[in-house]
Amino acid sequence: MTDSVVEIDRLSFGYDAARPVLRAVSLVMPRGKVVGIMGQSGCGKTTLLRIIGGARQAGSGTARVLGTLVNGLHGSALYALRRKMGMLFQFGALFTDMSVYDNVAFPMREHSDLPEELIRDLVLMKLEAVGLRGASRLTPAELSGGMARRVALARAIALDPQLMLYDEPFTALDPISFAVIARLIRRLNDSLGATSVIVSHDVKECMEIVDYLYFMSDGRVVAEGTPQDMRATAEPFVRQFVRGETDGPIPFHYPAPGYGADLAVARG
Amino acid sequence: MAEGGRLRLFERLGAAVTARIWRLGFASRFFGYMLLHSGTALRRFQLTIREIYFAGVLSLIIILVSGLFVGMVLGLQGYETLQRYGSSEALGVLVALSLVRELGPVVAGLLFASRAGSAITAEIGLMKATEQIAAMEMMAVDPIARVVAPRFWAGVVSMPLLAALFSAMGIFGGYLVGVKLIGVDEGAFWSQMQASVDVREDILNGVIKSVVFGIAVTWIAVFEGYDAQPTAEGVSSATTRTVVTSSLAILALDFVLTALMFTGGNAR
Repeated sequence: MTDSVVEIDRLSFGYDAARPVLRAVSLVMPRGKVVGIMGQSGCGKTTLLRIIGGARQAGSGTARVLGTLVNGLHGSALYALRRKMGMLFQFGALFTDMSVYDNVAFPMREHSDLPEELIRDLVLMKLEAVGLRGASRLTPAELSGGMARRVALARAIALDPQLMLYDEPFTALDPISFAVIARLIRRLNDSLGATSVIVSHDVKECMEIVDYLYFMSDGRVVAEGTPQDMRATAEPFVRQFVRGETDGPIPFHYPAPGYGADLAVARG
Repeated sequence: MAEGGRLRLFERLGAAVTARIWRLGFASRFFGYMLLHSGTALRRFQLTIREIYFAGVLSLIIILVSGLFVGMVLGLQGYETLQRYGSSEALGVLVALSLVRELGPVVAGLLFASRAGSAITAEIGLMKATEQIAAMEMMAVDPIARVVAPRFWAGVVSMPLLAALFSAMGIFGGYLVGVKLIGVDEGAFWSQMQASVDVREDILNGVIKSVVFGIAVTWIAVFEGYDAQPTAEGVSSATTRTVVTSSLAILALDFVLTALMFTGGNAR
């Protein structure tokens, strides 16, 4: 744990003061590891990812990414940091007015003066890494969901990032695409020597590929450890989450007044 | 009770007014930021050329056909009125001045707002809704410099050209109806037009109007797109707002510009 890429210390955040999304979250992500942040929808994990990417400013506490403090970072300093990061969005977020090839070439063309022949070789190498070199002339509209996610992954690694951020990378994928993306995340992380953060609620599959896990609930980290620790844990939230039980510390019902009282009012 | 109701009414009115003023301020800051970050659009001019194709070239059909019909109607109506005073040879002047000073810039501007303005808003709004804008920011590329500014400058360049083509087609339409159909003397039609239309007073002022409309329409279109709620409903209402606001802006600006340009001094 000596060399950490992301260090978050007692970080709090809220879109408005009455509704805090993150409450004093602290976590550390060591270099070279794949770290999972799991939790239900709305527990603040995507917000946390945004803060790491500098898209949101923490209310209090600090977030240090690749040695740079991201609190209050903006303009060219933020862009300089982001050039060392890659992010895979939930549905890929490919540029729909460009071909697959141009999508992957986009960051290279924007950030370098490389000659077009060299860019071509690099793009084909990135596409080969995700198995889609043959699809380079297609447009995003012609791709399946899984293929679009793989192209977006190729685009995210275009500049060989040191830190990869994945926002729900497995949402709405068939089992085969799911396995392909999961294996790619692991393999790319190891071959790039990067560090990866995966925000997801697909627990079982995530636990196969991550080195370390943080469980979040209601804006707090409630449990952390290696996948083995988490499978063995007695922590009730983690057990409920990992096994997908409908009731437990996370209730099935949204808070409501008494059922009887509600129905009686409805009848009266 | 009535007191409270009246107070609430004032409160709502006040809130609506301040919200609009905020928005205007926000739009102005956006405009300033966009101008400051227009370097990319001008340096890499092929980005702007591409947008000129979408905003300008693809609007040609509607502009040319509408121009032709407007000119033909002017020919018919103008002849009806002029022949009562025995001056039907002045038809060329009437058609040309109406088009070059007013109808060209205004009608072409209205058509441009509904054809190209709405398309710009919808495109930028959808890019936002599908996280393409966020993805660009995460790739350390400023979306205002890369996406917004080229579209803005393309609109500013396209609008005067479209207005000029509209006027040219209109004059041709007036010629078809007046000379070919009704039989106004061809020599008189053209020579009176040549003698009475002034390059500076009429044509230049018309061009200035169309440039101003081009700035207004494209500014509104890019702002509404960038500011749209990232949902299907948000994009659709932003598109509607673009057409409504820019149409009203064109008509209001036209009055102001006409009052400044054509009062006193040039009674012809």
